Parts: sequence; structure tokens; C-alpha cells
Amino acid sequence: MRLTEVRADAPKSVEEKEVKYPMGQTITQKILAAHCGKDYVEPGELINARLDFMLANDITAPIAIREFERIGAETVFDKDRIALVPDHSTPNKDINSAQLVKAVREFAKKHNITYWFEIGRVGIEHTLLPDEGLVLPGDCVIGADSHTCTYGAVGAFSTGVGSTDLAAAMALGETWFKVPEQMKFIYYGKLPKWVGGKDLILYTIGLIGVDGALYRTMEFTGEAIAELDMAGRFTMCNMAIEAGGKNGIIAPDDKTLEYVKPRAKRGYKVYASDPDAVYKDVVEIDVSKLEPMVSFPHLPENAKPVSEASDVRIDQVVIGSCTNGRIEDLRTAAELLRGRKVHRDVRLIVIPATQEIYLQALKEGLIEIFVEAGGAVSTPTCGPCLGGHMGVLAEGERAVATTNRNFVGRMGHTKSEVYLAGPAVAAASAVLGRIASPEELK
Amino acid sequence: MIRGMVHRYGSNVDTDVIIPARYLNTTDPKELASHCMEDIDPEFVKRVKPGDIIVAEDNFGCGSSREHAPIAIKESGIACVIANTFARIFYRNALNVGLPILECPDAVEGTRAGDILEVDLESGKISNVTTGKTYTAKPFPPFMQELIRVGGLVNYARSQLSRRTRAT
Ligand code: SF4
Repeated sequence: MRLTEVRADAPKSVEEKEVKYPMGQTITQKILAAHCGKDYVEPGELINARLDFMLANDITAPIAIREFERIGAETVFDKDRIALVPDHSTPNKDINSAQLVKAVREFAKKHNITYWFEIGRVGIEHTLLPDEGLVLPGDCVIGADSHTCTYGAVGAFSTGVGSTDLAAAMALGETWFKVPEQMKFIYYGKLPKWVGGKDLILYTIGLIGVDGALYRTMEFTGEAIAELDMAGRFTMCNMAIEAGGKNGIIAPDDKTLEYVKPRAKRGYKVYASDPDAVYKDVVEIDVSKLEPMVSFPHLPENAKPVSEASDVRIDQVVIGSCTNGRIEDLRTAAELLRGRKVHRDVRLIVIPATQEIYLQALKEGLIEIFVEAGGAVSTPTCGPCLGGHMGVLAEGERAVATTNRNFVGRMGHTKSEVYLAGPAVAAASAVLGRIASPEELK
Repeated sequence: MIRGMVHRYGSNVDTDVIIPARYLNTTDPKELASHCMEDIDPEFVKRVKPGDIIVAEDNFGCGSSREHAPIAIKESGIACVIANTFARIFYRNALNVGLPILECPDAVEGTRAGDILEVDLESGKISNVTTGKTYTAKPFPPFMQELIRVGGLVNYARSQLSRRTRAT
């Protein structure tokens, strides 16, 4: 069997080695094996893995810092491999939040953390870190945030943990994992217009359920994935957790490397799954017949084609979050909102995920389109995605959101409702005042 | 030995209902506990007594990675959570903050709200005093037993760290 991975930045003298494995491995297994000093790891095996990068945000870092101090470590294991990203309640929504961010800031200064992102430079963590070239192909990454699985889109193993796990990792530079069972999703056929990464992942979660990939890897493959841009791939890996998955992952291709190369702050390594890798389950999905999808309250698995959702009146539309706050998402929304007006009963809130995306949207005239349509454009923040601030819902209100969770009370009152969709459905719904397909805009 | 009354829930109890995001502007366990389960069971905090037990079905603790969730449950007085399955981040967090959890589908099926359970964490034995039935939960893998034995991840990390300092 061949070792299929090659070092992207390898000097010519490094040759591919012949290595004997018991059997083929997936990209996830290979990355985990490489980080615990082995050639092969088996699903179910407990390993201690070296970590390339880790992060916490303004909600999870304060507890991580408290636990870090209880561990008694004097310094962090590596000041260049930790990001502290105050993105959830920022710009600080109240005094308590300001106190929490202040404590994180003081920790970052004390330990000289290189990647502390102050407000005004901060973005939503899972968009910011890959865009800054801090999480890279072949990396092993943890974050004290469940959507850390997003970075699988660049071919990294990355997964969410809690604050205490992160505290121990900041001290030791490693953590334990159970090697997950492997699950492969093959998307074939041509993507219809308006069907993107969000629709594929909502459809998939609808198919397997919110615990359909519990403790497992979701490896996304197939011609439709190759066709997707990086934004769509980030969206898919982002929502692996919504099916219970430990990580989502897509093996790097030319598009990945084109995205990664100009940004990378370190060296990286490209892995691919062996043809004879072993999967617990393989799911094949024909994308050519899919419509844009909408997930009804109160679980992401309640996914329906948009055509079955036309009588739902709405009060708010949110376009943003770590799932769909990228420039490509804003372009899609702007394409549909250009020259149109937001329905008079609807509040549209648009949140570019990072400062860089905000600036790009400004230069391309997208912000102007949103404002002229009657939308509110916010500074990068998680804000309404978790019902924190910047667009909390009242009793009985309904929102279409490009976010990733529609749990009870997620965006505000326990009797409010969140419908998950991609940016095209969100924009069309904002114009028509009800859940709508972009095809309905004439 | 734990002995307490059961608070019974279904599948996919997520961390947003265990501790809603509007209370995440604090890390104080007491304050978090005062809002525990608020969005799924507003009466929970009034009803719960020290030593009580939460019993739920599939995927307990799904959603966000907030450790505030197991902290709130533990601080509210709950001595143990029994479910068919746990979401993986919640599983790690519960072990790390010292909230005992057990996976035992049979016990879940045979338990109703208000039942009295006795749980022996060491052996994983669960007795339903109300119905007279007994069950055995899946044992933890050895590494996790070790984590629990040393008193959680903070202690484990502390010993790892001192081992390293001694080595250098
Ligand atoms: S945008 Fe929403 S899902 Fe993403 S990190 Fe922020 S709160 Fe979490």
C-alpha cells in the first residue's frame, strides 16, 4: 500500500515511502495517526494526540482560563498556537460580557498570546481562523466551541471540546481522542441552481437525523463536493456536529490549495483517504434532484424542500454566522436583493463574518444593496445566532436564518421559531415576507 | 451510593435548553444552576433536590460545547445523568467537571418521572426502587475510569505537567 500523503511544501528529495498498514485508512485516521506518532490507528482506539492549533471564545475562554489556573501551569504550551476570539457577545452587549472579555484580554496579554483578536479586528471564529491561515490541511485542531469541526473543509481533523479540555490542552499541547468510526457521504450529479452547501448538509441531516453520525467522522466526497466552492465546503463541515458528528472532513484538492496557499502561516500536509479505507457506513446522494432546503423548528433534522414550506409567514431574516457569513453567501443574497425591497413585515439583519469580508462586501457594493433594500448590516458577531443580542426574537416570532441551530429558544423567546436555510432562500424570504424559493422572485 | 428522584426527559435535550445563551454572561455555578433546564422544564429548579437523577433518551446534551451545561446540572444538585446516549462534547465535559453520567438504555426504558433510583457508580448498577427492577450500565473504558479516579481532567493535567517538569 502506498502512503498517499505528500508534503505540500516538501523539498523534491522527500520521496513517498512504502508503508505496510493492516488495511487502508481514511484521511481522518491518517491525520490522527500522524499526531500520536503511529502509522495506523483504528476506530475505537484511545489516543493522545499532539495539537497544531486550538481556540476558545468569549463564552468558553473564561472557564478555560479558570481551569488552566487550577492546573497550575505557569505558561501556555505555545503562544503561537492558541487563538482567543471574542465573537459571541461582542461588541460587548452588557457589563457582565464586558467583564468576561476583559478577563480573556488580560490572560492573552499575560501569556503573550499572538492570536488575540480585539474587537474591530475580530470575526466569527470559524470563518476567521481559516481565512487567517491559522488552521491548515493535515492539522489536528480542537476548539472550545462545537462548530470547530468547520476546519475539516481544508482537510484538517478538527473538533469541538469543552473549556476544561481546552485548559488542559493549553497547558500540555495535546489531548485524548477516541478514534471515531468512519462514515462516507458521496454526492453525485450536477448541482441545480440555488442549491449549495447548506442545502446539501440540511438534506443530509434530514436523512440521517441529529444523532445519525454520533461519535463518528463525516467524510464528504463526490463530484458535487468537487464542484462546491470553499464557502460551501465550510458550511457542510460546520454542520457535521448537527448530525452528532465528531468531525466533518473533505480531502484537499486544487480549490483547497488555492485558498490555503496565500494564507498559510505555517507548513502543512495534504492527506487523502486510501481507496481501500474502511467505512462503517457509506451514504450516496444524488444532488441533481435536490431543491433548496429549509429545516423547520426545532431540530436541524426537520429538513424539507422549500416548495413544501410556502405558507410560513416570517418576522425576521438573519444572514450571517459561521455557517453562512462568507463573501460568497453575501454575494448570493445581494444578487437576489439588488433593486428589491425587504417585505414591510420583515426585519433583515445581515452580518458579515469577519472584518475582511465586511470590507470586501463594501468594495463590491453589496452593503449598499442590503441597506437600500431596507436591511440592517451589523459588525461581525455571533449575536442573534445564539439569541445573544443584535436581533433576539419575541414570543411567537418566526425567523429564517442561515445559521445552524433551530433549537427551542435558540434565537430568543422559547415560543419563537427558527427556520434554517441557505442565503438564497433567506434573501427571497426577506423580500416575500414568507419562506420562499429564489425561483419565486421574478 | 446515589439515591434520588427521577426527572425524566426525551431525546435530543440540547445545551440551549439546559442553560440558555442569555445566561452565558456569567460563569458562576450558582447563578447558572438557578436557570438550569429553564427552557424545557421551568419548574425543574423548584422541584430538584440534592441527589436527584436526570433520566433522558438519545443524544443528551447535543448542541453547543458550553461547559456551563454540565456545571449547571451538577450545581443544581443532580447526582447523576442516565441516558441512552450522550452527545460527545457533553460526554467529555461531564467527565471533566465531575458530573457522573451513565449510558443504560434498559434503565431509561424502565424509568418514569418521579421514580426513585439507586445508583452505584463503581459497578454501574442501577436499581429502580419504585418498580423493583435492576439494570447494569455500560462500564467506562479504562482511560476514563482513570480520569474519574484521579478526580477529573484538571488533576490529570496537573500530574502530567509535573511529570514533564521533572523530566526536564
Ligand atoms: S455564529 Fe453561531 S454557531 Fe457559529 S460560533 Fe457563533 S454562536 Fe456558534
